[in-house]
Amino acid sequence: MSDLHFFGYRRENGRVGIRNHVVILPLDDLSNAACEAVANNIKGTLALPHHYGRLQFGEDLELHFRTLIGAGANPNVAAVVVIGIEPGWTARVVDGIAQTGKPVQGFAIEQHGDIETIASASRAAKNFLQAASELRREKCPIEDLWVSHKCGESDTTSGMGANPTVGNFIDKTDAMGVTNCFGETSEITGAEHLCRERAATKEIGDKWFATWQAYMDEVIEPNKTSDLSESQPTKGNIEGGLTTIEEKAMGNLQKIGKNARYIDVLAPAEAPEKGPGLYFMDTSSAAAECVTLQAAGGFAVHIFPTGQGNIIGNPIEPVIKVTANPRTVRTMGEHVDLDVSGLLRREMNLDQAGDALIDMVIRTCNGRLTAAEALGHREFVMTKLYRSA
Amino acid sequence: MSTAPPDFLVHDERDAVGVVVVEDIATDQSLEGWVMDTDQTLSITVNDPIPLGHKFALRDISDGEAVIKYGENIGRAVADIPKGNHVHVHNLKTNKW
Repeated sequence: MSDLHFFGYRRENGRVGIRNHVVILPLDDLSNAACEAVANNIKGTLALPHHYGRLQFGEDLELHFRTLIGAGANPNVAAVVVIGIEPGWTARVVDGIAQTGKPVQGFAIEQHGDIETIASASRAAKNFLQAASELRREKCPIEDLWVSHKCGESDTTSGMGANPTVGNFIDKTDAMGVTNCFGETSEITGAEHLCRERAATKEIGDKWFATWQAYMDEVIEPNKTSDLSESQPTKGNIEGGLTTIEEKAMGNLQKIGKNARYIDVLAPAEAPEKGPGLYFMDTSSAAAECVTLQAAGGFAVHIFPTGQGNIIGNPIEPVIKVTANPRTVRTMGEHVDLDVSGLLRREMNLDQAGDALIDMVIRTCNGRLTAAEALGHREFVMTKLYRSA
Repeated sequence: MSTAPPDFLVHDERDAVGVVVVEDIATDQSLEGWVMDTDQTLSITVNDPIPLGHKFALRDISDGEAVIKYGENIGRAVADIPKGNHVHVHNLKTNKW
C-alpha cells in the first residue's frame, strides 16, 4: 500500500479533484431559477440551488460567502458561473473563486432580467463546459487526496463495524500523508473528554474543547427544551438500538481510529492550512449541512459510514457509503458502496475492512460513480447561524 | 476467521452490555457472543426478544448504576436490569440531562 496513487484533475492552484464539474452557482435564493435554466440549457453543467443569501449579516454572512466561494473553489469543479440578484455580492463570490486561478464569470440580474441574464450566462457556461471536456486525468500520489468523514443514521453496528473501518482507513492514510477531516461538534457530546485527548498538542485540544463548549453554550443550551432526547440520539438511532448520546458519541469517535491525532480545528467551511494530517471541522451533525461545509473546505471525496441507512449525497463531493448492518445491505443495498457486515460475522477483520475501503476510495477517485451519484442525490445545504436582518 | 458467526458482540471485557448482530432473536434463546477486545467467547440466555443492533445485560445491573460499553460510561440504569434483559430507552438514560 506504500505506492498508492489515483487519477485526478490537477487544478490551477495545484489541488487535485476527482470530478470535473462546471457549476452554475446562485449567490442567493432569488437566482436559483436563472441558474437552473442555464443548467437546463447547457447539458452537463451543474446548478447548486440553495435557500439563502439575502439580508444576512455578520458572521452568518461571512459563512455564506465562505461556503459559496469554497464550493466553487473545490478542486472537483473545473469552472464556475455565478449568478446573483445584484452585482456587489456576486463580484465578491467571483473574486473569491478567481483566487484559485480557475475560470469563473459572474452575472447580475438587476437591470437585465432573468431572460437576458440566462442567455449571457448560458454562453459563458457553454464555453466553460467545452474547455473542461478537454481536461484529462493525471496520475497523482495519494498525498494529493483530501478526504472528509461524517456518519449518519448510526446504530450499534456503526460503532462495531462501519466506524472502526473508517478509523482503520484514517490511521493508515494519515501515515501516508493524506489530509482527512471529521466534524459533528454536537455529536461528540458524551465523549468530549476522549476527543480532547486525541489532539496533537494540548493547545489544539484546548481549542477543540472551546469550540465544543461554545456550541453547547450558544446553540444547544439557549434553544433546548427539556433535553436533546428527541434529536440526539435520533429516532433512527433509537430504532437501531442506540440509547444515549454518550453511546452514540463513543461509536462516532471510532471513526478517527486509534493512532491519528488531529492537528487543527477548522471553522465551518474553512480550508486546512497546516498541511497533510487529520483535521476537525466545527459543523452541525446534520448530514447534508456537514458534508456541504466539508466540500466548501476543499475536500474531494467523502466517506459516510451508516447503520440504518442514510442516503445522502453531495453535488460536488462524491459520498461513499459504508455499512456493517446486514439488514441495511439487504433492504437498501442500492445505497451501499461498501458492505463490511462480514465484520459482525467474524468473516473479516478491521485490517481487511480498512483495506477494502482504501480500494473503494481509489476506485471512486478514478471515476467510479458512488451509489449516491448514480441515484442523483445532490443535497447542497447551507448552514445558517441565526435569523436574517 | 473461520469461527461460527456470533449472535452478539461485546466491545470491551469491562462492558455490562452485549449487542445482538443477527436478526430475530427470541425470548429464552441461548446466544453465543464474541468479545472483540479479548477474542473471548461468551454464552448467555436472553429474557426478551432483542432486535438486531440492540443491547442486553451481560450481568445484573442495579437501578442507578453506570452502564459500561466500549469500556466507558454510556449512561445510568433507571431500573434494576436482570442479566439477559433488553437494555434501551426504558431502563437506561444519559448522564447529561
